[in-house]
Amino acid sequence: MTRRMQFVTLTLALSILNSLVPSELTAQKNEPIIVASKPFGESYILAEMFAQLLESRGIVVARKPGLGATDVAFAALRTNAIDVYPEYSGTGLQVILRDTLSAAAMSDPAAVFAHVMRASTERFGVRWLPSLGFENTYAIAVTQATATRLKLRTLSDLAREQRTLTGGMTADFIAGVDGLPALKAVYGLTLRDVRPLSPALKYQALASGDVDVIDGYSTDGLLSKYNLVVLTDDRHVFPPYDAAAVVSPRVASGRPDAIAVLALLSGRIDENRMRALNQRIEVDQTDVRVVAADALAALGLLTNGASRSQAPTVKSQPFLEYLWGQRATVAAQMLRHLLLVAAALIAAIAVAVPLGLLLERSRGAAEPIIRILGVIQTIPSLALLAFMIPLLGIGVVPALVAMWLYALYPIARNTFSGVRDADHAAIEAAEALGATPMQRLLMVRLPLAAPVIMSGIRTAAVLTVGAATLAAFIGAGGLGEPIVSGLALADTRMILSGALPAAVLALAVDAVLGKIERLFTPAFRARKKS
Amino acid sequence: MLGSLPTQSRALSARNVSHRYGDVVALSDVSVSVAAGAVLALVGESGSGKTTLLRCFNRMIEPTSGEVRVGAADIAAQQLESLRRSIGYVPQDGGLLPHWRVLRNVALVPTLLQRADADAAARAALELVGLPAEKFGTRFPHELSGGQRQRVSLARALAAKPSVLLMDEPFGAVDAITRADLQSAFEAVRRELHITTLLVTHDLAESARLADEVAVMRNGRIEQIGPTHALQDTPATEYVAELFLRASAASDALRVSR
Repeated sequence: MTRRMQFVTLTLALSILNSLVPSELTAQKNEPIIVASKPFGESYILAEMFAQLLESRGIVVARKPGLGATDVAFAALRTNAIDVYPEYSGTGLQVILRDTLSAAAMSDPAAVFAHVMRASTERFGVRWLPSLGFENTYAIAVTQATATRLKLRTLSDLAREQRTLTGGMTADFIAGVDGLPALKAVYGLTLRDVRPLSPALKYQALASGDVDVIDGYSTDGLLSKYNLVVLTDDRHVFPPYDAAAVVSPRVASGRPDAIAVLALLSGRIDENRMRALNQRIEVDQTDVRVVAADALAALGLLTNGASRSQAPTVKSQPFLEYLWGQRATVAAQMLRHLLLVAAALIAAIAVAVPLGLLLERSRGAAEPIIRILGVIQTIPSLALLAFMIPLLGIGVVPALVAMWLYALYPIARNTFSGVRDADHAAIEAAEALGATPMQRLLMVRLPLAAPVIMSGIRTAAVLTVGAATLAAFIGAGGLGEPIVSGLALADTRMILSGALPAAVLALAVDAVLGKIERLFTPAFRARKKS
Repeated sequence: MLGSLPTQSRALSARNVSHRYGDVVALSDVSVSVAAGAVLALVGESGSGKTTLLRCFNRMIEPTSGEVRVGAADIAAQQLESLRRSIGYVPQDGGLLPHWRVLRNVALVPTLLQRADADAAARAALELVGLPAEKFGTRFPHELSGGQRQRVSLARALAAKPSVLLMDEPFGAVDAITRADLQSAFEAVRRELHITTLLVTHDLAESARLADEVAVMRNGRIEQIGPTHALQDTPATEYVAELFLRASAASDALRVSR
């Protein structure tokens, strides 16, 4: 066969192969649109509305609710690991783009939105669909009574009466540059006293008269529950936070069908409607699927109300009863949790034990490498997960890699020190009597170090059970799922239905490995203790 | 019970052996030989080089220069593990594997040699040092007294019927009565096996009792070699004379041997 003929054959074969493989675009048509949210109630509702709307128009979707925070969600979107999630223009400007605009532009929501839309496409290829029609900005609120008594309507009015008023605000707002410090700078606002309160507590504190002014979000359902007055930001300190669906580069360029469906929601949800929806979640504890279906039906976008069959959870149901009702789900999440932990742990053992042995051989490298592994431990889990997304996307793989990284340190360190500190006289005698290095390792060094290595593995296992709850933030599932959802939906029972089994799992894993550790402890040590 | 090997393969010799740790000279042009079946004791202060010399014979230390022979062969050319498996070794602290029972410890070298009769060899060796396997075989080292541990260590050194035995202060870490017992046990073994032995000790009474010849070491050199009485009667150097003078003041054994 001549060279030329070979070339022709090769080209022919390639073109046949090519025709068998569908083009990228058609392949994408069959792929589900991955709908995600950030971990708070409003984001859940909007994402569920996106998902149900897409499904009602025959588009396959997959749900990834409760992704970490802005960093995680946006990193996932930018890298096509998710396809759409609800975001706010102010967040896009300050957290994602980190841009600053002129004061004039900042006071114009349309200008901010236009800038964020354009810059996001230019820099990341992601696309902001037109605003959903409401803003969710900081809301400085007072009771109806206070507003009437002091004639408060705007933040300027508040500044006038500041000396007599006490604030109850979240720590973020008190310290954040766009929070209280900004109000002081622009309005000269200095309240008589400001108490840091958790988001759930401050509404109660306001209702009971313990504080006079609180910070919130303009669409908080609790604002309407307590019939509060939101003071107008008349000097435009807060950037506009227009809500919109943001879509991935992949969908922006290849799925006009999905874009068209999502755009049906643009301009359709006003602030009052969103607040009412949030109230159904926060106050009435209605299932998010029901809330979303009802909202779509009310907008005339969904006729069959497919999700209505899902009964809303009864708030008065006792926790144990609730847990029993959830037993299948909890069991499945527990199993998945355990599998995640087992996979990460086995992979960590496979790497960290040989690494520890290797380090014991080259002591010079040991200190720096063990220190690096130790430093990895100090990286906050969410930061580590966010860092993984551009490399590994979202889901099980990045979660496993992160858990694996956390598990390496205790195992490698204990292997290193266990083998290093093993009975030197015994090892030397074995050497002098003709045991090869491998025989010394297997017969003497490893068995003597085994209890120390096992205790490192036990530490790693318990750590990993905890770390695995955070895996839910990047859509890996497990017992973190009800924790993340429960936190977002202010549903304590849901949080506990994940947190309690996770705690039980940690104790169980510790107990089982403790037993194994005792098995590994040679009789000579066990007896010495007794 | 334990068979003996051809005489030729059981002699020990070192010729012009030197060893340095960086700038420190541990051994300086040392030549010494031990006849087949004889016991040579290496005595001297800490740092005199006696342990370093001993460890040259199983290549736990590779001398910087010089030649070491076990039997007729230059050991530098031998396969490391097979050389070591053919040489018994008893360290000061016993060096037993703490996670193994006594019988398994004693069977170490026969096991490394993949001998089918490893268990029987271990039992025989235990018997030889006066610890019946039925009673002691299943114990862990920590369940034994210090003296018993040293006997087990000696049994382990002998279990594979080595051609030579290296003992590094084997009885140094036990009380005087136990030491005397162990010395008796060693003498019994010796009567049985006639094994060529290099014994490091700082105890001149011990070397007087157990060794045919004594090599006095100082600063990495051998000051004098000979039977104890010869060293006492005609010390070659001031150092040797003083060493024995001081020792005999403290020991009946040396006065008796004189």
